[in-house]
Amino acid sequence: MWKTIVRRIFVMIPQIFFLSLLVFLLAKAMPGDALTGSIDPNIDPAAIEAQRERLGLNNPWFIQYWDWIKNAVTGDLGQSFRFKMPVTQLIGERMMNTVWLSVATLILTYVIAVPLGIISGRYNDTWSDRLITGYTYLGFAAPLFIFALLMLWVFGFQLGWFPTEGSVAPGSAAGTFAYAMSKIYHLLLPSLSMALITTVSTVQYLRSEIIDTKQKDFVLTARAKGASESRIYNRHILRNSLLPIAAFFGYEITGLIGGTVFIENIFSYPGMGQLFISSISIRDFSVVTSLVLLFGIASIVGALLSDMILSAVDPRIRIK
Amino acid sequence: MENIDPNLVVQDLEVRGIDEKSPSGLRILWREIVRDKVALISLILFSLIVLAVYGTALFLDQDEIVRVDLFALYEKPSANFWLGTDYGGRDIFGQLIIGTRNSLSIGFIVTGLAGIIGITLGLVAGYFGGMVDHALMRVVDFFMVLPMTMIVIAFVTAVPKYSIVSFSLIMTAFLWMGKARLIRSRALQEREMEYVQASRTMGTPHFKIMLAQVLPNLSSLIIVTLTLNLAGNIGLESGLSFLGFGFPESTPSLGTLVSYATNPQTLESRWWIWLPASVLILVLMLCINNVGQALKRATDARQRRG
Repeated sequence: MWKTIVRRIFVMIPQIFFLSLLVFLLAKAMPGDALTGSIDPNIDPAAIEAQRERLGLNNPWFIQYWDWIKNAVTGDLGQSFRFKMPVTQLIGERMMNTVWLSVATLILTYVIAVPLGIISGRYNDTWSDRLITGYTYLGFAAPLFIFALLMLWVFGFQLGWFPTEGSVAPGSAAGTFAYAMSKIYHLLLPSLSMALITTVSTVQYLRSEIIDTKQKDFVLTARAKGASESRIYNRHILRNSLLPIAAFFGYEITGLIGGTVFIENIFSYPGMGQLFISSISIRDFSVVTSLVLLFGIASIVGALLSDMILSAVDPRIRIK
Repeated sequence: MENIDPNLVVQDLEVRGIDEKSPSGLRILWREIVRDKVALISLILFSLIVLAVYGTALFLDQDEIVRVDLFALYEKPSANFWLGTDYGGRDIFGQLIIGTRNSLSIGFIVTGLAGIIGITLGLVAGYFGGMVDHALMRVVDFFMVLPMTMIVIAFVTAVPKYSIVSFSLIMTAFLWMGKARLIRSRALQEREMEYVQASRTMGTPHFKIMLAQVLPNLSSLIIVTLTLNLAGNIGLESGLSFLGFGFPESTPSLGTLVSYATNPQTLESRWWIWLPASVLILVLMLCINNVGQALKRATDARQRRG
């Protein structure tokens, strides 16, 4: 068990290294550098050159890479030229919104997936199963951004049930009860839109797991001993089928990251995904590269988390 | 024993009404689609849309459609403009046709390119195994874990001379991994089979075994995967174009049409601009996925209906 985890962490280190290299080369390939945007066109070119030399922008790339890594590890990700503030601080301001959105989406995903998966697995080939399977077909095919746009159009604009932008009602004071409620109210539609799509794979997985397990010998044994149907499902089948789902939640993080970029832009929700798109549009590249690095590390750690939980709950996958 | 004419055996079996050969992989796939009414209707509908779009697009001039017409801004649907016009006075219906053609084309191209790369690397890794396999799979693992949407967007902005060619190449560069992993795991099983061992002993060159013997045995798996990928890739392209990092506005695609809805006023009150494109994306994706799911069932004998 511990051996597996240590091995897995050793796999992660080169992954993070290559990610940082990729992001650094991306940053180099993007037009402009740390000085662009803060240069007054009237400054003497020699002075700019001196400044470049001082900032180390004329060094060979591997020295620049090393400097960049050293700064990034200590939390210095450069300056945003749009907001004129350190990138770390800027991201810090937006991070909590994205975290809340992701947490809400994850909760909704499981709240929707588990009952639907159980119903459709337990009563397979009934009308309720057909209905749920139909929904999973639709949800599997629909691209997230189209679905979210339709949700926003129907529930936000046509019916007016939900706010159509922002993360909190303007003018509410932080810390009050009304503020918290307004935050949750603004979260509902975006997170529900994302959850209804991301939940599909979990429902499908749970359904086929339950149908598979239903025919196993140990279930037959339990029935023969006279265990009630509910006991068979709750104690015997679900214990086997739910654990892998709990473990997949680390992988969900990668999916959520791609999703928040779309969702936050559609719902004008001020999180990191929206910051990413708006920064890249006006070429605020220090913010862009920091966000790619951050999201990349989040995905890598998410995968690590999933592998660790999986090996804990299922001895068969442990590395020998 | 040695003088039995195989033709006679087949003839004999045919006389007795026994189909001697088991059905080929492709025939099983086809049979499953015909048996599954939803998949059959989806396939017909998809083919009709493709034919209609490519056919109509022949009579439309892209430059004509994307020309700004200041006298016809935001027209409502009418006899002149079947689906109205956008903020530049450009005909939405024409854009829809051209856009669907562009989206479909890039979907086919990217699926094909990523398929070739993924299948080649997967075959090589699975067939040779060992160090080659190990190294390739570490690369695949790395790419699989990256937040793909963001990296593709970042690359799209970093490329100095951005064009449709570079867009397809960037998408391809981040889409081959899943295929490589899948093909590799099947090729690993195939290489243990007797026919591969026999060919090896007889000294058949490796590339010939891979292409002429292992690859045909993976064909149904490949068809299923590429079908499902086609839907995913059309969705990804329209998603990127929607965010403004796919096709440029002078080249309409389904995504650029939907992206007009980022303007809240358009989203709220000018549905004819973005809704037809959205519905069309949904229909296309549903059709391709239904066909793909039916094909997928066909590759698994336990789930087959036909």
